[in-house]
Amino acid sequence: MILACRNGRGDSLVLEGRVLAPAQRIDECLRITVADGVITTIEPSPASELVVAPAFVDPHVHLRTPGREDEETLHSGTEAAAAGGYCSILAMPNTEPVVDSAAVLRGLLARAREEAVVPTGFMAAISKGQAGDELTEMVELAEAGAAAFTDDGRPVASAALLRRALRYSGPVELPLALHCEEPTLSRGGHVHEGAVSAELGLGAYPSVAESVMVERDLALAALEERRVHLMHVSAAESVAALDRSLASGVPASAEVTPHHLVLTDEAVRSLDANVKMNPPLRAARDRSSLRDALRRGAISCIATDHAPHARQEKEVPFEEAPFGVTGLETAFAALHTHLVLPGELALETLLERMSAGPARAFGLPEPRVEVGARANLTVLDLGAEWNVTEECFRSRSANSWLLGRRLTGRVVRTVADGRVVHG
Amino acid sequence: MPEARRHLLSIADLERADVERLLAAARSFEDDSATRPLLSWRSVVNLFYESSTRTLASFELAARRLSADTSSIRAAGSSVDKGESLKDTILTLSAYDPDVIVVRHPSIGAARLVASWTDAHVVNAGDGKHEHPTQALLDLYTIERALGRLDGVHVAIVGDVLHSRVARSLVRALGLVGARATLVGPPTLLPPGIEALGCAVSSDIGAISNADVIYVLRMQRERMEDAFVPSLREYAAVWGITRERVRPGQLLMHPGPMNRGVEIDARIADCSGALVVDQVRAGLVVRMAVLADLVDDRTSAELEHSFAEPLEVS
Repeated sequence: MILACRNGRGDSLVLEGRVLAPAQRIDECLRITVADGVITTIEPSPASELVVAPAFVDPHVHLRTPGREDEETLHSGTEAAAAGGYCSILAMPNTEPVVDSAAVLRGLLARAREEAVVPTGFMAAISKGQAGDELTEMVELAEAGAAAFTDDGRPVASAALLRRALRYSGPVELPLALHCEEPTLSRGGHVHEGAVSAELGLGAYPSVAESVMVERDLALAALEERRVHLMHVSAAESVAALDRSLASGVPASAEVTPHHLVLTDEAVRSLDANVKMNPPLRAARDRSSLRDALRRGAISCIATDHAPHARQEKEVPFEEAPFGVTGLETAFAALHTHLVLPGELALETLLERMSAGPARAFGLPEPRVEVGARANLTVLDLGAEWNVTEECFRSRSANSWLLGRRLTGRVVRTVADGRVVHG
Repeated sequence: MPEARRHLLSIADLERADVERLLAAARSFEDDSATRPLLSWRSVVNLFYESSTRTLASFELAARRLSADTSSIRAAGSSVDKGESLKDTILTLSAYDPDVIVVRHPSIGAARLVASWTDAHVVNAGDGKHEHPTQALLDLYTIERALGRLDGVHVAIVGDVLHSRVARSLVRALGLVGARATLVGPPTLLPPGIEALGCAVSSDIGAISNADVIYVLRMQRERMEDAFVPSLREYAAVWGITRERVRPGQLLMHPGPMNRGVEIDARIADCSGALVVDQVRAGLVVRMAVLADLVDDRTSAELEHSFAEPLEVS
């Protein structure tokens, strides 16, 4: 696996604050000295308002490159990641063309070395063209530096193809990240099936369209003894299926998005195209189940599923709008505001699920606070209040579900791979 | 101005007083169907992205009866064919300063979006499967004229509720005026969660027997490809409205266009209890009332006092 970004010397700086590194059980006021990008000393420091934490890792980002550079580029998307406190991200392969060959992948990695401000890995497709028919050349893709395999944006509809992909890719030891959606059950669906879809008349995308595929995919993973990662889990039934698999020893990981943790399908009553996502926002009981699984660690990753869309594509009636919302620049603040401050989630858990959790799930270098490590740190001002407006985004797109909201907590500085990329 | 006086986008935006004011105004137009100059020098644009006969015709007629200038644009043959977005079409039309834009569109929420892009008053003439508020108002008007009341009336709405904007608006409207609704149809055409609108739900056709009004929805043949029911033949046999299933005194309504022999038997459609033509006629006065109400600058309180009398000529 290759993570690529602009090369350059590491920076030298001093960071001071309450250092919170839950995976290392660190919670004390410290002064961290970074020289040429490497942590050289860690020493006690007086109390400070700011929190310094291992920087975040986002395993699910759409950078829209190649093909839709009007919506996002490797530069703008990684600038957004830096502003959100991330030190590494994984980009999805559902681009135009699809990242389904080593040639496309190598081209992207070369471009990332020119443009990306934070280390970026690229997932490759499971099937050629993400068409669900033929496997990609997974061995060559792995050798070229693929971070994982996924057909994200689409399910692997054929159980036989997924089984073959799990089996064939066994030797390369990269995880398969799965978008779980049974397409005949979700067809024509725009929102969760329930009172909101019924009252508005919107096509329903029921929970079972996800959970039945979660069950299938976990059964295949168990059979082939392969590691799978469940993307953007949204339904209580999916969490139950994941729990059963974990209890029986299947090595699966799972992610959840900030919007599924904060909102429910009630938000769709606004018919705002910026609350249209796949999977859709679900009911309050699903949200409770997701929060519980995140606290317990059954869901170990928070992923933004950052999905930029051009303004004109979202300024249309709900059913005509594409699925997806941006999230890199707001993930921490949204979850701090809506989960940590009301006492729903411990700050330590949030930080762990945004950093060490996703790093472990994908075998990425885990950001750590220790002498000799490359500095991958984020500085947070937990008391800072700010308004989310279109102007505040570095992403090329502003299709955020948080537009117009006020948030508490802000990323004030990000150090990624030893360099100050934000603040 | 409250949303309910500025636009008519959804029955969900209305209160009982709004409905009563509109029905009273419609009654006032019944007494004298001659042209009234309430909307003289005003303009009404009908923008229809879906085919329509009665809704478009009655909005055009209603606007003319009120002396408005009216123009109707169908998406087919307009710049929509050239790929113009809904937003740009609305910005373009709004440059002519219309007083009212009546819009029908296949997408849910389209009328509300239109309202966010124009200074004109907007009337939703149907937005996908969501709402068709003027249909619900004309249905209330028809029921009230036939039964002399709305309070306590029980309406059974039968058929393809899943795809019906008429059903969604009507259930909401019945709830507003103290009437109650029971939705009846094949389980696959009754969306899970619809009871949250405050109605009863049954897949047993016997549930229509104690209703005052049987409201028959159109079975949309174009939906058959999705196989929500195995065949129209079986639908007609199990849920079709036949003479045997209607008891004397029950009223029959249908928003049209009817599929005789499918959702409704041809003989029962022509019986004396069928109010289908009354509904069409009601559409004219109700739409006159809606247009006049939106462009009337008086407050709701001032209008309360004018209930009994025809609206003043401005």
